Amino acid sequence: MNDKKWIVLGLILFVGLFSFPFWFNVGKAAPAPEVVLTEQAKAAKECVMPTDFMKTEHMQLLDVWRLKVVRDGVSQFVNADGKEFDMSLSNTCLDCHSNKAEFCDRCHNYASVNPYCWDCHIDNPKGDK
Amino acid sequence: MESSRRRFIKMAGIAAVGLSAHPAIKAVAAAPEHGPQYTLKTGDQALQAKQWAMVIDTRRLKTDHDLEPLIEACHKTHNVPHFTEKNHEIKWIWETHFHNAFPGNTSNYMSEEVEHRPYLVLCNHCQNPPCVRACPTKATFKRDSDGVVMMDMHRCIGCRFCMAACPYGSRSFNFKDPLLGLNEKEINLTFPRRMKGVVEKCNFCVERLAVGQRPACVEASGGALLFGDLTDPDSEVRHALRENFTIRRKPSLGTEPCVYYIV
Ligand code: HEC
Ligand code: HEC
Ligand code: HEC
Repeated sequence: MNDKKWIVLGLILFVGLFSFPFWFNVGKAAPAPEVVLTEQAKAAKECVMPTDFMKTEHMQLLDVWRLKVVRDGVSQFVNADGKEFDMSLSNTCLDCHSNKAEFCDRCHNYASVNPYCWDCHIDNPKGDK
Repeated sequence: MESSRRRFIKMAGIAAVGLSAHPAIKAVAAAPEHGPQYTLKTGDQALQAKQWAMVIDTRRLKTDHDLEPLIEACHKTHNVPHFTEKNHEIKWIWETHFHNAFPGNTSNYMSEEVEHRPYLVLCNHCQNPPCVRACPTKATFKRDSDGVVMMDMHRCIGCRFCMAACPYGSRSFNFKDPLLGLNEKEINLTFPRRMKGVVEKCNFCVERLAVGQRPACVEASGGALLFGDLTDPDSEVRHALRENFTIRRKPSLGTEPCVYYIV
């Protein structure tokens, strides 16, 4: 039974190597991206819905919008404060958030989502590049 | 009532089933409570109808020159790409010869003037649309709110059954990326483009109707194209239909086109 020390050493080595990715990356989590608001958005202060809702549900909201506009011919959105918006991806969302690269894209790149909407929808409705 | 072990176990079993359904019931029943706090409505300006229809006064559109601005207006508004190759052509509204527009309606020794006029053709927004029946994803559908035969680009899988089903050739398929056929500087920034692999066609300018404007071609026609509600006896189109003899494309197929022609 004098293999005991080798077995223990082997075990320690194994556990160490096995958990390498975990301790190697400790404290290195990529920081959440800072989204930039345009002057127009800053002036508006609020999004179409409360910020928490937008953070988690904007994709569902957009889905409702396109469903209603295209399939039901309903085009206006009235939020809880009674503010009215045209239900349009390029003409409403990107009117306020015209800095798509620093807003939508920055967050999407971090979350590794790549919406295919821009194959058709205009991503620079104000004509600037 | 006598209580037996058998009875007790039965009741316990039923209770267990009931309890296990609880989370599911709660999920369904509780949903409206934190439902979204918003309302949706049609715009105040929106033009509305039960069934949009068009009357084309071909007597007033005598030459290619008369048609060009209308076609141009439509294709510019909707970012319709221009490809010279026939196979890749995308068209929402275009001109054709009498014999192609109205096969079966030709007679011998016709008025040459009528026979050789250019005819403007587009999606007929049929009341009984065969394309809608062919679509496997309901990407193309007849909209209940206004009778427009719509394309939901978000659902189109590019199978082209609708193109085979349409007797008027009103639909085009994007074999190429439409961006290749668009002039970067002339893009209408308020309307989406399309992508390779989807079918497209005239949408009766629903995006303009929603904000109170009439279709682009109608606006550009200077009165040669009339537009209105087919179900409203006082509408522009019903007046025109009452006062003129009109024909439709391939009526014998039973598709009930909503585009009428005064010849
Ligand atoms: C009237 C201008 C305006 C419009 C239109 C608008 N937004 Fe916003 N949006 C804002 C503002 C301002 C904020 C920041 C609110 C805050 O900081 O509390 C914001 C925040 C957001 C956020 C959260 C960002 C974060 O802080 O993490 C998302 C996501 C978002 N908007 C998406 C959208 C989408 C999608 C649309 C279209 C459906 C849209 N917005 C339309 C002004 C607008
Ligand atoms: C706060 C970060 C954040 C911002 C800002 C943000 N998004 Fe998103 N978005 C996400 C995340 C995360 C997802 C993926 C959610 C999922 O997959 O469940 C997503 C998903 C989407 C989707 C659905 C994609 C798909 O393939 O299903 C769309 C569309 C979308 N975002 C549009 C926008 C637009 C437009 C803007 C800018 C106006 C925007 N988002 C800004 C975080 C953000
Ligand atoms: C194949 C091209 C295509 C793609 C891809 C596409 N759309 Fe659309 N979308 C359209 C067209 C065309 C319309 C019709 C516009 C109209 O009739 O007013 C539309 C309408 C809409 C509308 C309502 C009207 C408007 O002006 O915005 C919304 C909202 C929308 N789409 C959201 C989305 C979102 C979100 C995505 C990505 C997840 C997406 N779309 C992807 C082509 C596309």
